[in-house]
Amino acid sequence: MQTRLTINGQEHALEVAPATLLVELLRDTLGLTGTHIGCDTSQCGACNVLIDGVAVKSCTLLAVQADGKAVTTIEGLAPTDAGVEELHPMQAAFREHHGLQCGFCTPGMVMAGLEIVRRRGHDLDAATIAHDLEGNLCRCTGYVNIIKAIEAGAKAMGSKAGATTNA
Amino acid sequence: MRDFDYARPASLADAAAAFAGGGEAAFIAGGHTLLPAIKSRLRMPDTLVDLAAIPGLAGVALEGDTLWIGAMTTHASVSTDATVTSAIPALARLAAGIGDQQVRNRGTLGGVIANNDPAADYPSAVLALDAVVETDRGTHSADDYFQGMFSTALEDGEIIRRVGFKVPLAAAYAKFRHPASRYAIVGVFVARYASGVRVAVTGAGPGVFRWAEAEAALTASFTAAAVAGLSLDPADLNTDIHAGAEYRAHIASVMLAKAISEA
Repeated sequence: MQTRLTINGQEHALEVAPATLLVELLRDTLGLTGTHIGCDTSQCGACNVLIDGVAVKSCTLLAVQADGKAVTTIEGLAPTDAGVEELHPMQAAFREHHGLQCGFCTPGMVMAGLEIVRRRGHDLDAATIAHDLEGNLCRCTGYVNIIKAIEAGAKAMGSKAGATTNA
Repeated sequence: MRDFDYARPASLADAAAAFAGGGEAAFIAGGHTLLPAIKSRLRMPDTLVDLAAIPGLAGVALEGDTLWIGAMTTHASVSTDATVTSAIPALARLAAGIGDQQVRNRGTLGGVIANNDPAADYPSAVLALDAVVETDRGTHSADDYFQGMFSTALEDGEIIRRVGFKVPLAAAYAKFRHPASRYAIVGVFVARYASGVRVAVTGAGPGVFRWAEAEAALTASFTAAAVAGLSLDPADLNTDIHAGAEYRAHIASVMLAKAISEA
């Protein structure tokens, strides 16, 4: 089935079998392997991506259901300007606060962090973050630093947005 | 997954036609029950008819003493909607407790009640809030709509348009949730009206049901004391690896008291 998607800002027109999951299209067809498949049962959140800015589990969405929409994956967060090696503030916060151990859940955690910022803004407390991460599993159980990273990443996104607005 | 045809019609009539001509067809709303069921081969449809492009199936409207919620309204929308939060706050809180945020961004009211999972949250609200289920073919009262495990009054190919919840004087939903799936091991929805109290129980039995003894006692006196000592008969309840029937009966009494205290 002919499907048009904008993925990380780039338009794609693809022939997609209806039973193809969005995560399969991203990983197997487009080679965007930053989005992970952990449980394949919509519980672990490793496959979180943004659809029109809203976080969803891409293992539980058909690629054809995303027709006409904008998909953002972990590969699409950092600036892509030539010669610039800069992480998105949420990614940078995960590095700064060691918000990962094995790293498998990390792309989904970063996307979940962005979802929390979208819904609740930049000033987050640990209890709120812990509650809102209920759909993401870290098998290393490294939640403490993940929560710190999201708290700091949210603040950094706020100050960056403020700086841009004031500039 | 085994492949299937996929249609995304732009009207209810086209959706009905696509369903009728689609062999073993299924409607897909948010897909958060259907896609896992297809993955595990519990469902093997020939055609999926996606309801997402049909206008007018999502949204909230308060008309008199009825709160209407469109079938394609997501749990995330219901949980934060200002009209829902002011008219029936218990319903917004119930929606906020379904699955997790990513699931709530996709899952829909219509999808849940068309499926009628015996451990789903929404059926208890539909039943306790004396709702009407409006479809492309007519209406069903909540008391007739739920017909046991994964079974409803919907005919083959019938499409839910919206659900009208009767605004109560007070209501609350108390849920003892499974920690991994977040489905209800037992959930109790209590709604108080001038005409009496309605109590619906989900998760505990083979399908959502009303708790007649609790309703009678609470209609006489809306206090936890009025239902102290009241218990469901374990013979009617589910036993599985998560909880036995006697345990579920006990938890139902605890959730009933909790709901009363929060209503």
